[in-house]
Amino acid sequence: MFIVISPLNPDPMYKQVTDQIKDAIADGSLKPEDRLPSIREMARELKISEITIKRAYTDLENEGYILTRSGLGSFIADINRAKLRREKLVQARNEIRKILNTGKRFGIEPSDLVDIIQKLGDDK
Amino acid sequence: MESVLRLHQLHKAYAEFVLDHIDLEVPGGYVTGLIGPNGAGKTTTIKLIMNLIRADSGGVEVFGLKHDRHEIQIKDRVGYVGEEQFFYEQRSAAWTGNFVSHFFSAWDPDAFDHYLDRFELPPKKRIKKYSKGMKVKLSLAIALSHAPELIILDEPTSGLDPVVRREVIDLLHRAAAEENKTVLISSHITDDIERIADYIVYMVQGRIAIYASKDELLSSWKTIHFKQDSVPASVLESLEHVETQMFGSTGITRDFPVIEGDLTEGISSGSIRVESVGLDDILIALVNGD
Repeated sequence: MFIVISPLNPDPMYKQVTDQIKDAIADGSLKPEDRLPSIREMARELKISEITIKRAYTDLENEGYILTRSGLGSFIADINRAKLRREKLVQARNEIRKILNTGKRFGIEPSDLVDIIQKLGDDK
Repeated sequence: MESVLRLHQLHKAYAEFVLDHIDLEVPGGYVTGLIGPNGAGKTTTIKLIMNLIRADSGGVEVFGLKHDRHEIQIKDRVGYVGEEQFFYEQRSAAWTGNFVSHFFSAWDPDAFDHYLDRFELPPKKRIKKYSKGMKVKLSLAIALSHAPELIILDEPTSGLDPVVRREVIDLLHRAAAEENKTVLISSHITDDIERIADYIVYMVQGRIAIYASKDELLSSWKTIHFKQDSVPASVLESLEHVETQMFGSTGITRDFPVIEGDLTEGISSGSIRVESVGLDDILIALVNGD
């Protein structure tokens, strides 16, 4: 799992943690039943406060991404990957809207952008 | 670019510390920040410039004049705020202003009154009753009130609260930007220097480790976060102080423009993140480097 906490990021630190754990679940690097590090361990490794991690874990639990079993730790829940995919699609849609706006500003047509996306996709 | 201050092979040895043959040219009309850990030689350098201590060898030229032979002439044109403030403690700021006015050919009593007012320094109160920060502000008021062409400050902001610090820093910035004065400021509070300096001098263990423009420094030094095994060897070679923990590795590079091309793929796939550094990150890298 790759997590970077940045003081320059305008998002609060607990949100940076939850977002990156969600990403790791969405891209499959974290799988259902994987055990997350303890709050203390994660706070020590990332050099941030335990309260911040606790907040992140509570949020993840409330949203159904993780389960905490007392005495055993926190585990990735068997969540619906389709739901996560929908969330990512919304994110992608917002990114594309940004690109469309940039294009509009500089006179680049949506059809030009579609061509670019198509071509980049083929290269992969 | 004309240099207002020139140090040539300046050398001073103490029992436990050596300022080791320093060369430096401070350009006119800009703010130059002197950064270093405690004991790096910042104060020694400034005291040598001000002829408060004698060098073992090497020379100092201010405005193109030898600093020891033309001391009076030079100090008339230099505003200096030292690390510690010495005043006649039983006297007031108003008395002190009048007292020092005789030393400076261009003393401006109105400017002095203006700075007292601006820094909220009661002119009639005995200096003994001033706080540490107030004494620093009084020193600054004196330094700025005789039309100095060069302003030299040794840790001027360390005893000040953030509000006054910001005000002092903005004042110095304006002096350089609008009045074409030259400012040399030492500090270990790199925040202050980061805001206003055009050039940065890093001193470590009695030597100048880096002398560069701030923009150049901040665009070539970057922090790189990466997933283990996700960076090419060329990148890994340019990274210093790599630390690895459970959630990835972090290192700092001083050659970002050189390795930038090798990072694009990792950045777009999310396994590499690049972050701007602050002046203190560079300082820490330099100090831990040896």
